[in-house]
Amino acid sequence: MLDSTSLAEICISAASKAWEGEGEILATGIGLIPRIAAGLAKLTHSQDLMMTDGETYLISEPAPMGKRDTSHDQVEGYMSYSRVFENLWSGKRHAMVTPTQIDCFGQTNISAIGDYNSPKVQLLGVRGFPGNFINHKNSIFIPNHSVKTFVEEEVDMVSGMGFKNQELSNGKFEIKLVVTNLGVFDFNGKDNSLQLLTLHPGVSVDDVIKNTGFDLTIKSEGLTPMPSSEDLHLIRDILDPQGIRNSIFGE
Amino acid sequence: MNKVLSHKEVVDKLSSNMTIGIGGWGARRKPMSLIRAICQSDLKDLTVVSYGGPDVGLLCAYKKVKKLIFGFVSLDMIPLEAHFRKARQNNEIEVMELDEGMVQWGLRAAAMNLPFLPTRVGLGTDVLTHNPELKFVKSPYSDKEKLVAMPALNLDAALLHVNKSDEKGNTQIIGPDPFFDELFARAATKTFVSSEEVVSTQELGGKDGAMFNRFERSLVTGVIHSPCGAHPTSCAPNYGFDIQHLKEYSAAAKSFEDYRLQFLTKTNEEYIDSVGGPEFINNIPLPQF
Repeated sequence: MLDSTSLAEICISAASKAWEGEGEILATGIGLIPRIAAGLAKLTHSQDLMMTDGETYLISEPAPMGKRDTSHDQVEGYMSYSRVFENLWSGKRHAMVTPTQIDCFGQTNISAIGDYNSPKVQLLGVRGFPGNFINHKNSIFIPNHSVKTFVEEEVDMVSGMGFKNQELSNGKFEIKLVVTNLGVFDFNGKDNSLQLLTLHPGVSVDDVIKNTGFDLTIKSEGLTPMPSSEDLHLIRDILDPQGIRNSIFGE
Repeated sequence: MNKVLSHKEVVDKLSSNMTIGIGGWGARRKPMSLIRAICQSDLKDLTVVSYGGPDVGLLCAYKKVKKLIFGFVSLDMIPLEAHFRKARQNNEIEVMELDEGMVQWGLRAAAMNLPFLPTRVGLGTDVLTHNPELKFVKSPYSDKEKLVAMPALNLDAALLHVNKSDEKGNTQIIGPDPFFDELFARAATKTFVSSEEVVSTQELGGKDGAMFNRFERSLVTGVIHSPCGAHPTSCAPNYGFDIQHLKEYSAAAKSFEDYRLQFLTKTNEEYIDSVGGPEFINNIPLPQF
């Protein structure tokens, strides 16, 4: 089993740990890997999590990826955008997101790259990042760990606040886990620096260092745990039966 | 009482330099037939407030926007809005970029006739760096916390698209998510609503139908009968978004003139026919996420 485990599956299993112990909160995984990871958390260690159908309703079981027969969804509640906002003001949410840039302070950017007045690349806009990061816990998934994503200077347009301003958040700010294509990290190094927890198979510490634009703490050089056979079954047969996850790393 | 107007009559009630709020969300339930009518008019220098989708993109492509107040502009399944990006990257528009919840807060302040509402959101981010006009308030209570005073976003007009309306402006949004349309209506001096159907009050369905009435008719200045009026955005439960058309529209950021001549020089009825007709649009499946 171990030989055929894909990088996407390793990342999903590792990312699902972000929600461990969170209890009865709204889990929002934005994007392919975070969404499957949130589903895996709910089906394994964190069954009290609330999740949406990707749109307006809270449903009892995670919605599988791809086209499905939604008539089987067990709707249990309502979560319009207005409700999401009301929910997040309270802090009872943990989202996993994929910013375009992240810096040594944990500040994130999804707004624009380059000069703000005429950006080199205009992205989405700050969306809900300012509100999310100041009101509730977040984790991060980065599929392309490089000096372009983990930038040397501060991010070009701070959309989500970072550790250097955490006193402004009334105790709610936290980046719990960072999962990338190279390894698993958190921000619990000295003075909230990024620290390496585990490396994915075939990745060296040097790979991480040279692809990170700022200094990080090396807490461990251990290997990221392989998904359990139960995790693999849930990912492959229940959460993503069409294998859409394989598109992330071209596997 | 009869508030039914034509697209042209509504456009004639708007003027250049107005602040206009547009309902819907991204590529969902946007009043696109009204947006096209504005594009074909002489209106200019608009300040636009929107949870943006192709409404913002099209107005940018027609150079109608002086200033955009926004949290994002996206076509959902196509994450980045090509026409908006072009306008931003060429420095063609002023922006007030806000968190989505700050936009909600600004509309709510206007809806409550307040000058501002306090929030933590924005603190610690470049939203404050790039909007130096945003001020702070200190909590008058023992916590003394410093908060952002999100100013009211007062609108001269709100433009919304709904599923059903009667001639008096009793509207229904039947799709599961009403987004923030109610706040746009309450924040505006005048609200114009385009509607898939204009029916008798009796046909609105009494008490059951009233559950879908998201704001009262006294807020509604005019109603336009506009079947398929949200195309190419979705209008749940009637139809989903036209992904093929949105792709074509996105690609047109490179050479807008061809797209404009093909789709945007026509009457609304001709436009609907040119993109496949009402039957085609009403059969576009709802998106699944």
